[in-house]
Amino acid sequence: MSTLTGIGKDELARVVAADILPGSFVNLGIGLPTKISNYLPPDSGVMLHTENGMLGMGPEAQGDQIDPDLVNAGKVPVTELPGASYFHHADSFAMMRGGHLDVCVLGAYQVSACGNLANWHTGKPDDIPAVGGAMDLASGARQTFAMMNLLSRDGRPKLVPECTYPLTGLACVTRVYTDLAVFLIQPDRVVVRELFNVDFSTLAAALDVPLVEQTGNRAT
Amino acid sequence: MSRAAILDSVSSAVAGVPDGATVLVGGFGLAGQPVELIEALLEGGARELTVVSNNAGNGDHGLAALVRERRVRKIICSFPRQSDSWHFDAAWRAGALELELVPQGNLAERIRAAGAGIGAFFTPAGFGTPLAAGKETRVIDGRGYVLEYPLHGDAALIAAHQADELGNLVYRKTARNFGPIMAAAAMTTIVQVGEIVPAGALDPEHIVTPCVYVDRVVRVDHDLVKSGDRL
Repeated sequence: MSTLTGIGKDELARVVAADILPGSFVNLGIGLPTKISNYLPPDSGVMLHTENGMLGMGPEAQGDQIDPDLVNAGKVPVTELPGASYFHHADSFAMMRGGHLDVCVLGAYQVSACGNLANWHTGKPDDIPAVGGAMDLASGARQTFAMMNLLSRDGRPKLVPECTYPLTGLACVTRVYTDLAVFLIQPDRVVVRELFNVDFSTLAAALDVPLVEQTGNRAT
Repeated sequence: MSRAAILDSVSSAVAGVPDGATVLVGGFGLAGQPVELIEALLEGGARELTVVSNNAGNGDHGLAALVRERRVRKIICSFPRQSDSWHFDAAWRAGALELELVPQGNLAERIRAAGAGIGAFFTPAGFGTPLAAGKETRVIDGRGYVLEYPLHGDAALIAAHQADELGNLVYRKTARNFGPIMAAAAMTTIVQVGEIVPAGALDPEHIVTPCVYVDRVVRVDHDLVKSGDRL
C-alpha cells in the first residue's frame, strides 16, 4: 500500500489550519504541526501557546531578530506578537492542564481507533526516551489533533486497532489528519471525513480499523 | 530567612554545595540556563549530584559539561535526547547515570509543589502510560490521575535578567521558564543575573520572584551563550 500518494505536508498543514476556529488558543507540537502556523490567516486571531512559557508566539526569528532568550518548545528562536505574554513553566502547564487551550496538534507514531496516542518513544531498548510536554498536552488541551503520514516508511498503517508503541495518552485524540484522509475519532467508530487522492474502499482495505464513510454535512 | 547575599564571584556563589546534593538547574535548553554557575560548580569539584532540569545538557557548556565530567549520578528531566545532547547520550549509553523521565508539566508542578508546601498531587498527565508504572492512581469524576510527589532541591541554580540588592528578580522572555518555581523549591537558591540594581529600581508590580526565595546573587557577563558559542 506504500504506492498510495496523498497530499504533501504543506497541503496537509493548510487543511488543519482551515479547521482551527478564529480566536482559538492553540499549541502546535514540534515537527510537522509547526507548519500549520504558516497557513493561519493573519486576521484569524489565533493565539499560539508554546509550553516553555509564552502566549502570542510569532513566526520564527530571522537574522537580527534572533534572541537566545526567546525560543519555542523546539528551542528554535521565535518572535513575539503584540499582546504576547510570558509565564513560568508551572503556569504554562496549568494553562494546558486546566483546559484553557482549545486545540493542540501533535505528531504521532500511532493513533488507535479509540484515540489512544503513541508519539514519544519507540520502546527500543537502545533508544533514549524523551517525553517533553507530549503527555501533558495530550491530556490537557480541550481537543487533541494528531497529524501524521497514514503509513510508515515501510508501508504499515499508523492508525491501528491498538497501539504497539508505548502510550502518550489514553483516548485523547479526537481527529487524525493524514496525507490520505482526515479521520474523526468518535466514541464507537472512526469516521472518514475527507479523502485525498484515494477512494474509500482502497483506504478501508489498507487499514485494520473499521471505517465509516461520512455522509451528509461535514461534521467538524 | 536571612537577606540575600550579593557575591562577587560565581565560585563563592556556589560554595558549599556538597557531594550528593540534589540541585535544581534552571533553563530550557540554553534559554535561561545558568551556564556560569554550573561551570563554577564543576570547578568546585562537587560530585554524585542529582540534577533536576528540563533537559540533560546542550552542546559542551553548562549542564552538558557537568554530565561530561561524570559529576551527575542521576538526572530527573523531561527531555534528555536532543540533537546536541551528545554528552548525556554517551553517559547514558555507558550506564554512567540514572535517568528519571518525567512529563514536563508534571516536572514543573512537582517543583512548584515543593516550594508551595504541597505533600503530593494527582495529575492526569501520564495516566495509563509507562511513566505512571508503579505509581498510585485514582479515578476522580471518571478521569484517571497519577499521584506525584514534590521535588525539593538542596540548591537551585538559576539565571535571571536583573536582581535588585535585596534579591528580587525579573526575567527576560522565555528564559523565565523554571526560574521562579526552582527559586522557591530549594534550601539555597543561587542566582546569576546580568545586572544588579538598587532596591526600589525594579517596579514592584513587575517583580516575578520576590527576594524571600533568593539566597545568593552574582552578576555575570552572560556571554557564553550569547556570543554565538551555542553548539
